[in-house]
Amino acid sequence: MSGFRTIAGKTVAMDRANVDTDQIIPKQFLKRIEKTGFGQFLFYDWRYTQEGEENPNFELNQPANQGASILIANENFGCGSSREHAPWALSDYGFKVVIAPSFADIFHQNCLKNGMLPVKLQAEEVAYLLEKATNQPYHLTIDLEKETVTDNNGFSASFPITAYWKRMLLNGWDEIEITLQLEGEIAQFECSNAVK
Amino acid sequence: MGKTIIDKIWEKHIVHQEEGKPELIYIDLHLVHEVTSPQAFSGLRMKNRTVRKPERTFATMDHNVPTDNRYKIDDPVALNQMTTLEKNCLEFGIPLAGMDSPEQGIVHVIGPELGLTQPGMTIVCGDSHTSTHGAFGAIAFGIGTSEVEHVLATQTLWQTKPKTLKIEITGQLRKRVTSKDVILYILSQHGVNFGQGYIIEYCGEVIERMTMEERMTICNMSIEGGARAGLISPDETTFSYLEGKKHVPKGDAFKKAVMQWKELASDNDAVFDRTITVDANAITPMVSWGTNPSMTSSIKDSIPYVKDCKNELEQKSLERAIDYMGLKEGQNIADIEVQHVFIGSCTNSRLEDLRQAAEIVKGKNVHPTVRALVVPGSQQVKRQAESEGLDAIFKKAGFEWRESGCSMCLSMNNDIVPSGQHCASTSNRNFEGRQGTGARTHLVSPVMAAAAALYGRFVDVSEKVAVEVI
Repeated sequence: MSGFRTIAGKTVAMDRANVDTDQIIPKQFLKRIEKTGFGQFLFYDWRYTQEGEENPNFELNQPANQGASILIANENFGCGSSREHAPWALSDYGFKVVIAPSFADIFHQNCLKNGMLPVKLQAEEVAYLLEKATNQPYHLTIDLEKETVTDNNGFSASFPITAYWKRMLLNGWDEIEITLQLEGEIAQFECSNAVK
Repeated sequence: MGKTIIDKIWEKHIVHQEEGKPELIYIDLHLVHEVTSPQAFSGLRMKNRTVRKPERTFATMDHNVPTDNRYKIDDPVALNQMTTLEKNCLEFGIPLAGMDSPEQGIVHVIGPELGLTQPGMTIVCGDSHTSTHGAFGAIAFGIGTSEVEHVLATQTLWQTKPKTLKIEITGQLRKRVTSKDVILYILSQHGVNFGQGYIIEYCGEVIERMTMEERMTICNMSIEGGARAGLISPDETTFSYLEGKKHVPKGDAFKKAVMQWKELASDNDAVFDRTITVDANAITPMVSWGTNPSMTSSIKDSIPYVKDCKNELEQKSLERAIDYMGLKEGQNIADIEVQHVFIGSCTNSRLEDLRQAAEIVKGKNVHPTVRALVVPGSQQVKRQAESEGLDAIFKKAGFEWRESGCSMCLSMNNDIVPSGQHCASTSNRNFEGRQGTGARTHLVSPVMAAAAALYGRFVDVSEKVAVEVI
């Protein structure tokens, strides 16, 4: 995982609440043993008709939304299953950021661990962005260092991120490597405290 | 100030604390299955790392497992995922309840029945329904594959302590209103994200009277309310369930363990960040009609009207859901016809669930237009059920009696609901496509599912007449 400071890109609006990870990546695609190649299956049941044709009404299929790297969604994005295939699929498709008023806890963690930035904004801010990004090309810049989301027309909002995750993402650090440096403390805990 | 059980367990598991960082907590038990682990093992191999505590790790296969002919796996990709788990367990020395094991089953069924799950533990698994194990007074939560890799390598996780939410359930449940109805009722009242950022403790007289199986059903669906974990303070019911289980200490060691477990219960003056009270008397058999578990109503009710929605977002969600489900606003729940019935999953596939369903089904026949499946949660549940003759009751009524696995809860194997058809399911999620592309899932209790199999539609099992007439 490599570190990053800013991400600028085109947005796509998906004005739906409670988008679950079963929609992000349906179960029939969870059988692979790799982390890569899931982008083609992203939102599969919404993206394609049951006959396998592209569904022209689905947000990601609209010509204006091609090449988007920032997904704007509504509340409780990523609820349901713990499958990390969800951020793998979003990332493999080309998304680097998801903006929403709230995220499901496990999905939120899974994004961070894969260098994908879940950006939580106020509901009114997200509503504004959803409107801007619907039916027209709309670009945003996310600055991780400053914790801001801005557009070219004066919109600016700040988002919360813990100091821990900010540092991890800016530097692209490997969490396991950091933990292994605490080997002595873990071993000591095991001797004295662990439930047998 | 008193402490909650959540505070007590959490504090005992902190390995490392540092300003500006989450806490590093120790993980006592790591359960592993075939779907969310292969990439974690590959990650270890790539960095030349090993599994720190294979003896605190336990694996099984459940998601992909066929439930008719266990050894006939048509999909080569699924087969590869299963053999990959075998190879990984062998290479890293992890115990595996594989296809040939008499202990194989759904990971959240076998953990408790083998006594791997114990009070006071921290338990994780790459599966969101890990919250099930909280029924024993453990902090148990689902994790992603990166966290699976982290636990394999270090036996720890970086976690920020969640807030605490107490759900107190008072009163008395009516006959044939089950713990499944209780959790569906809570979701119908509070939505799918009220638990975000919290660990729930369920308590109150209704919980105290519940069996371990009933408690597991409630804790299992904590994640459907957005809470990563839900738990119940351990009591005599917990201890007597655990006594004699394979991995539970025996003799004096058991007595000593019980003494320690008794200390875990939340103190009377413990303060929670939030409290919700639920009146059990108000609960009737519940049926989900939409595409998330909060879209659930009483069997006595009807589908809500779009005009009654609080806001535009809710309105759009309702319109989408009833369109997907092929239902109409205002339609009576009791008029919904079902073509499939699934009794199984980590929510409701334990012996007690099967006994309750069998009691409804005994001597009756499955409706001619219904295909009905019983999928025991584990090989052990299957053997016990067969020794009691439950399999014969189900088969005589026209149910298919299957081998253990996750099966039609998420239909990763061949147990699929065809597009456009309705399924009364004892599982935990009614998301679009969950049981098959275009499939329409209705979440219910085992007794409601059993009755639906006989009628071909939903009936109120709490009404005596309904059950007798069947």
